[in-house]
Amino acid sequence: MGDFIANFGLGQVPITAYLGVSLIMFFSGVYGFLTRKSLLMILVAVELMLNAVDINFVVFNRFLFPGQFEGFFFALFTIAIAACETAVAIAIIINIYRNTSSVQVGDLDEMKE
Amino acid sequence: MQYTLLILALPLLSFIFLGLMDSKLKAHASGLFGTCILGAITILSYFTAFQYFTTQKIDGVYQKVTALQTEWIRFTEYLHIDLGILLDPISVMMLVVITTVSLMVHIYSLSYMHGEKGFQRYYAFLSLFTFSMLGLVVATNIFQMYIFWELVGVSSFLLIGFYYTKPSAVAASKKAFIVTRFADLFFLIGILILSFYTKTFDFKELTTVDTNAFASSTGVTFLGYGVISWAMAGIFIGGAGKSAMFPLQIWLPDAMEGPTPVSALIHAATMVVAGVYLVARFFPVYYFQTPEVLHGVAYIGAFTALFAAVIACVQTDIKRVLAFSTISQIAFMMVALGVSGYEGHEGTGYMASIFHLFTHAMFKALLFLGAGSVIHAVHSNEIKDMGGLRKYMPITNWTFFIACLAIAGIPPFSGFFSKDEILSASYEFSPYLGGIMTFVAALTAFYMFRLYYSIFWGKDYTIKAAEHGHDKHGHGHTPHESPLLMSFPLVFLAAVTILIGIVHCIPTIPHFGEFISSTGEDYHIHIDSTIAIMSVVIASISILVATLMYKKPSSTPDKLEKAFKGLHVAASHRFYIDEVYLFITKKIIFNNVSRPIAWFDRHVIDATMDGFASITHWISNKSKDFQSGQVQQYAFAFLLGTLIITAIVILL
Repeated sequence: MGDFIANFGLGQVPITAYLGVSLIMFFSGVYGFLTRKSLLMILVAVELMLNAVDINFVVFNRFLFPGQFEGFFFALFTIAIAACETAVAIAIIINIYRNTSSVQVGDLDEMKE
Repeated sequence: MQYTLLILALPLLSFIFLGLMDSKLKAHASGLFGTCILGAITILSYFTAFQYFTTQKIDGVYQKVTALQTEWIRFTEYLHIDLGILLDPISVMMLVVITTVSLMVHIYSLSYMHGEKGFQRYYAFLSLFTFSMLGLVVATNIFQMYIFWELVGVSSFLLIGFYYTKPSAVAASKKAFIVTRFADLFFLIGILILSFYTKTFDFKELTTVDTNAFASSTGVTFLGYGVISWAMAGIFIGGAGKSAMFPLQIWLPDAMEGPTPVSALIHAATMVVAGVYLVARFFPVYYFQTPEVLHGVAYIGAFTALFAAVIACVQTDIKRVLAFSTISQIAFMMVALGVSGYEGHEGTGYMASIFHLFTHAMFKALLFLGAGSVIHAVHSNEIKDMGGLRKYMPITNWTFFIACLAIAGIPPFSGFFSKDEILSASYEFSPYLGGIMTFVAALTAFYMFRLYYSIFWGKDYTIKAAEHGHDKHGHGHTPHESPLLMSFPLVFLAAVTILIGIVHCIPTIPHFGEFISSTGEDYHIHIDSTIAIMSVVIASISILVATLMYKKPSSTPDKLEKAFKGLHVAASHRFYIDEVYLFITKKIIFNNVSRPIAWFDRHVIDATMDGFASITHWISNKSKDFQSGQVQQYAFAFLLGTLIITAIVILL
């Protein structure tokens, strides 16, 4: 912890700090996915997880393969996919709302039997 | 002679047409249609008979002609079921008998069944029956015969149960069907064994005298008898079922629930003699291969004849008396076949049997139609409701009288000649058997005249009706003679009965034996004077006794009834054979076999299957909860699984 604080002002952020943030984000997403009742909030949780992954890509590229760009491109790629996914998901949610007048995930067990 | 196919095709088409049209046709139109078709077949049959008996003789022997033959199903290199038409003396004679009686019944029914519900259906079934019976007699092989044999059984079932709203008729039709089916099972087994060893179904191959079809079965035995004996015994049981031989006779008296013309056609003249025809058809096989079975046929026949005749003496329903008389007479034919030899004079029995079949068909149909005429007039089957009818129904009276004389064996009526031949054949075989048959003949004369006097003489019907208060049922009107459509068949059949008798009195005209004999050669009927005189005397005495007892009201029958109370009661109950059957089926088979099997089925087999079903159901119900439809639960399970797998991978 001493190193961390000592290096903080020097602009040298250690890799564990990045990974710590991404870990917290990811599991916040997982927690949100499992506990939220609204589809929209679940979607937000999914976005959180995706963004945590993005951070991981960038961090690993920066620390393990400096001078190369695969990780950055992959992060951009994931952002594009996340945008598409959100669009599709919102379309689906709107359709669900039209049919059931509800966006509560607990109501969506029609296909059970 | 391919036109003989028409004899089969016409009634079949008539059945299909009448059956499909049913109530779309007017009742009398369908009746007339059926009758006309039958008239055409009758003419065709007469023509066939004429052509056959005038042209087909080679070396003094009537040849077996296969008019038509087509392969239907091939099983193996040897075994194949053919369909075809075989003409030989007995099948041609049967064609004549069946079409004649059937035509008479068709004409008679036009009036008798007039106004009945289901008149069209009745004629459709009559056509079906005629078709099946004709198919049966012209069959070229056992299997074809078996097919038509079953068809005959079905049409008999349908016609006995014609009044299907009456529970007794339904029960009777079921009984007839089940009993004959049971017998037919043995028939089928017999056919299978026989064809397995001889590798053929064909009658011609089987019944040729020097056939080598039986070569492969020599020495093959089962329980001490040759397999062919078992096969032929099985085939005879099939015949015994249809011909109501003891102990399979129980269905025939009940079959009288059907309309009376049906009883005349099916249960007197044609179907019930199918068993006799079957044995006659296989006669060379029985005689050369399995003489012990043939003797068995004779003994069963003799017992049945006696048994049925005794019962007939005490029955009070006129149709039942005739039914037992039929059983007894068919048994006569069986005895004749059983005691018969093959060559020349030895073959008396065979000839006599077929001759009796022919004459019996005519006079028994006449008796039944006469009984129908009486029932039509007085609306009852019971003797006690009749009496003195000769004044009201002269034609029925005279024709019935002629038939009674014929069945009693009084010359010059047809029954005398055929019965006399049977008696002489029996005496040649064994004097004891001959004695029994003579006694049965005496009983026959007695019960027929008891019936005759009870119906047409005795206390006047109208007085009886008044005494019993029948007026209130509306039955008390004066009985009247039946209309022409009903009396014509009576007169016709009576004429045939007399004519056959007269033909046999004149030596120069060809007799029956010259057309039909065991070998196909001429057989000269000659009356054995001792036996003839004896049987006539005995028959006359029996008739005399019946006259004394029943012509005028007398107390003798009641006294006799009191004297032989046990016998009388037993005979009235048909010697409790039905009860024995019921006991065996209900108490023994149902309780000891069927019920345990039913229990096993319900509690073991069904229970196993039910168990499988309920276990599967339980598991499904439980596992159903895993699939809740809640996405978050799935995700949680997924996460948990991932964590567990990760933990395992890391820790190990």
